[in-house]
Amino acid sequence: MSEREAMEFDVVIVGGGPAGLAAAIRLRQLNPEANVCLIEKGSEIGAHIVSGAVIEPRALEELFPDWLERGAPLKTPVTEEEMYFLTEKKGFRIPALDRVMPHLANHGNYVVSLGDVCRWLAEQAEALGVEIYPGFAGAEVLIEKNRVVGVATGDMGITRDGEKGPNYQPGMELRAKYTLFAEGCRGSLTKQVMEHYNLRKGVDPQTYGLGIKEVWEIPAENHRPGLVVHSFGWPLDDKTYGGAWLYHFGENLVSYGFVTGLDYENTWLSPFDEMQRTKLHPVFRKHFEGGRRLIYGARALSEGGLQSIPRLTFPGGALLGDSAGFLNTPKIKGTHTAMKSGMLAAEAVIDAMKADRVEPAAYTSLVRQSWLYDELKSARNVRPAFARWGSKLGALYAGFDAMVLRGKAPWTLHFKHADNETLKPASLCTPIAYPKPDNKITFDKLSSVFLSNTNHEEDQPVHLKVRNMGLWKTVNWDVFRSPESRYCPAAVYEAVDTDTEARLVINSQNCVHCKTCDIKDPTQNIDWCTPEGAGGPNYPAGM
Amino acid sequence: MKILVPVKRVVDYNIKVLVKSDGTGVETAGLKMSMNPFDEIAVEEAVRLREKGSATEVIAVSIGVQQAQDTLRTAMAMGADRSILVLSEESPEPLAVAKVLKAIVEKEKPDLVFLGKQAIDDDMNATGQMLAGLLGWGQGTFASKVEIVDGRAEVTREVDGGTETVSLSVPAIVTADLRLNEPRYASLPNIMKAKKKPLETIQATDLGVDMTRRLTTVSVAEPPTRKAGIKVGSVAELVEKLRNEAKVI
Amino acid sequence: MTVLVLVETEAGQIRQASRSAITAATKLGDVHALVVGNAADAEAAATLAAKVPGVAKVLKAGADVLAHELAEPVADLIVSLAGDYSHIVAASTAVGKNVLPRAAALLDVQPIPDVMAIVDADTFVRPIYAGNALATVKSSDAKKVLTIRATNFDPAPAEGGSASVDAVNVTVQDTVSRFVSEHTPTSDRPELESARVIVSGGRGLGSAENFQSVLTPLADKLGAAIGASRVAVDSGYAENDCQVGQTGKIVAPELYIAVGISGAIQHLAGMKDSKVIVAINKDAEAPMLQVADYALVGDLFEVVPELAKAL
Repeated sequence: MSEREAMEFDVVIVGGGPAGLAAAIRLRQLNPEANVCLIEKGSEIGAHIVSGAVIEPRALEELFPDWLERGAPLKTPVTEEEMYFLTEKKGFRIPALDRVMPHLANHGNYVVSLGDVCRWLAEQAEALGVEIYPGFAGAEVLIEKNRVVGVATGDMGITRDGEKGPNYQPGMELRAKYTLFAEGCRGSLTKQVMEHYNLRKGVDPQTYGLGIKEVWEIPAENHRPGLVVHSFGWPLDDKTYGGAWLYHFGENLVSYGFVTGLDYENTWLSPFDEMQRTKLHPVFRKHFEGGRRLIYGARALSEGGLQSIPRLTFPGGALLGDSAGFLNTPKIKGTHTAMKSGMLAAEAVIDAMKADRVEPAAYTSLVRQSWLYDELKSARNVRPAFARWGSKLGALYAGFDAMVLRGKAPWTLHFKHADNETLKPASLCTPIAYPKPDNKITFDKLSSVFLSNTNHEEDQPVHLKVRNMGLWKTVNWDVFRSPESRYCPAAVYEAVDTDTEARLVINSQNCVHCKTCDIKDPTQNIDWCTPEGAGGPNYPAGM
Repeated sequence: MKILVPVKRVVDYNIKVLVKSDGTGVETAGLKMSMNPFDEIAVEEAVRLREKGSATEVIAVSIGVQQAQDTLRTAMAMGADRSILVLSEESPEPLAVAKVLKAIVEKEKPDLVFLGKQAIDDDMNATGQMLAGLLGWGQGTFASKVEIVDGRAEVTREVDGGTETVSLSVPAIVTADLRLNEPRYASLPNIMKAKKKPLETIQATDLGVDMTRRLTTVSVAEPPTRKAGIKVGSVAELVEKLRNEAKVI
Repeated sequence: MTVLVLVETEAGQIRQASRSAITAATKLGDVHALVVGNAADAEAAATLAAKVPGVAKVLKAGADVLAHELAEPVADLIVSLAGDYSHIVAASTAVGKNVLPRAAALLDVQPIPDVMAIVDADTFVRPIYAGNALATVKSSDAKKVLTIRATNFDPAPAEGGSASVDAVNVTVQDTVSRFVSEHTPTSDRPELESARVIVSGGRGLGSAENFQSVLTPLADKLGAAIGASRVAVDSGYAENDCQVGQTGKIVAPELYIAVGISGAIQHLAGMKDSKVIVAINKDAEAPMLQVADYALVGDLFEVVPELAKAL
């Protein structure tokens, strides 16, 4: 049926983030004979990585006890911490942070560029004999006799009309005894696997956040390496979950970003503009004065926590890291949990391989026995409390949960709605007046996307598939006034001719692969598919 | 017929480089590196000539740091048969590169050398011409078409306002311009196979070539940003300004 | 110091780019202009070059081997004349870029291409990374070989000077290359990359029909190439190969007229080095107006036809 070439491996890993790389490394550590292949849709490892990031070195230490000697790029220990509740004009610093919000105590943690950490992990993996192929997107799950037997990479050189162009190259089948999906939040193959094996049965819907990030270079005299600042409250209303981060790290670099819970209700809300305007608040503004913006990027993250984690294994493979939803939301950290999940999956796979078992089912029990599970369990009620009671009461509950219950509440709060169900019609929402960019501290979307080095081969089918354009007009436009043109942080979606016959324009070339449209579209009418490999952002070092 | 294709590892064309804030250069640390796009075109043309039967072997060569072997692997994944890595400092000057290539040419005795017309980092547009000069060979620069006719290389060149065709005795140098071809993708199976193709590493210092830099970079600055000009009130005023002030019509 | 400038002629005129190179060379020392061609062309060119103010002496090299300015014989000729010249200069044209690096290699010199500014006799400013950075470089070579970016130096006038003309005894040969033919496209519409004037359209045109009917008469009047923003291409108003910008073509014409283009940074990246930019847009806030030399705020459907008529 196909002209595709095929290659056999013991394990194929889809995605070169911390989860996939940690799994690859652990596999070779446990069995140096195992042949392990890892593919990554970004043009290089790190090209699609967006994270704050303050990371907890716990999992890294288990993977490489000598990480320091190996030169891991964890160079900036956290030295100072500030947490603010913001009102429009003022910032109230939360006292005794390590007791009120122990999740956020960052002693012993490091401010890093997660892209750089991944590049370093990839070097370690290659030195251990893992075959890594960046620039190739997993486009299709291969399922035979109800077992996942690998993935196929996408065809290259298909024209916009779907024809084979002059440079057509068929994809390749990467066949494996075990296939590990480590695509990060809302993986496109993970989505297919979850559906095929009904892995979400009996768990809460996943809830997401959209993180939008900038990296700045600031004058040396203002740089305080190791300073970690977080905020909640303004500019979001009490019903909307989210907040800003700002970390000083590296050589005069500042990582700034904003996470917006995608269960927001106001269709007029624009996560990008919330991120921009928060920079103008006195708590943050001073950090940017005299600096220059270097990099921009965005990525969705899973916030559901324990209640939303699906079944982790299926015949022929497993879900890893944020593909499964292992992020610890109150901690706003997912790297250590992603790595840990990858390492545990690797152990289960080696175990299954020895016994020639189809499903690496031991993964689930290994997770249950590990600190990963304890951590997520104690954090499980914080995010749903915000969803239920809003920011102020949610924060109070979080403090109560931490100080009194110590994460051991005898109840579990649940998520009732998927994020695509929460939007209110435009007529019921209050429009938000965002300030115009000043081009010094705040900027517009297109000049931001420019700094993500995003590109896609022009002559290829649009990778953002709107299943039913008619639905766009009657639902997205008539009811919600095109929320996608606001939540998309890359100006992919534009409603044009709004005075006459409104229609949707999709500038797919701008897409930074954040996956928000796949999550938030009210009728789940937008399907994010992998474009040609190596397309998308090219986040440089420091991101 | 043997074709040598020198390839350079440069900052990927999708990445916008930033000038270092101290003005000593551009920040290249940690950026994605790729094969110079014009060199990809040169590799493609050489491989096509081999596929057509006009050439028998395509050898890729790169001069630079150890990581340049990734670029050579890409060349081999596109179809080069083998490759040579000449280890040196990062990004030597075209004069030094031409001298190293001359030494490689004397060793490998290719009939044609295909190069990209320029590297997208230093934008020198010089190496092919300089190598041709050092070897005393003919040069078909900025090529948009290459044909082997009766043992000579017929090269159509992009020149100001059109094209020009020259006929070169072989051996000769050709430098590739954008319209020569559209290079193929290095497919995943071919990338896997390229890992097994031969890659020879030699030290530039062993070639007895003087690679001393002749240029020192005093400073690097961002280009001045354009400033808004004037608003004109009418078409007549615009025409007047374009004629008499800007003198462009 | 004396500077040797390779001068090109075109249609019985000294090429404007070469006159810019002469202007640059006068900042370095006395200028000797080298003209090459077959005997008749060299004679005619020498007469023209002698009239360019700033030229102290013309070297006339007339011989059949030089008829097509091929790199091999011209580089040899330059090397034979190089003698005591401190600098050897040409414009950054197809000829200059073809010939000078070859001559430089034969002289064991690292050439300095695309000079935008002269700091001193050894130090020059040139673009790197497609103009995204400007490098100031200092040469330690005894002799400097430079090509000059014409847009950065005003061309020397065509008339006003009276230099002496010396005939060069041409002994160079060309055994390796042979001119076959040349081809000048017959289409009236120049190529985007080499056009002197570009008329470019964006979303403001609204449709493929408007794109053609509004822009073509203006482009015809100006002998201009037609460009488009990515939005215009994506919306099907224009062909993909018209696209100017980050993912399209990078252009730097003398005159760029942006019609109904908002001027996203992605578009600006492809045309910001144009010498003169005109923006025609109904939106006074459009970013294009922030970089345009001349901005006309108005309805393009009225303004553009009026402009075409006025030219």
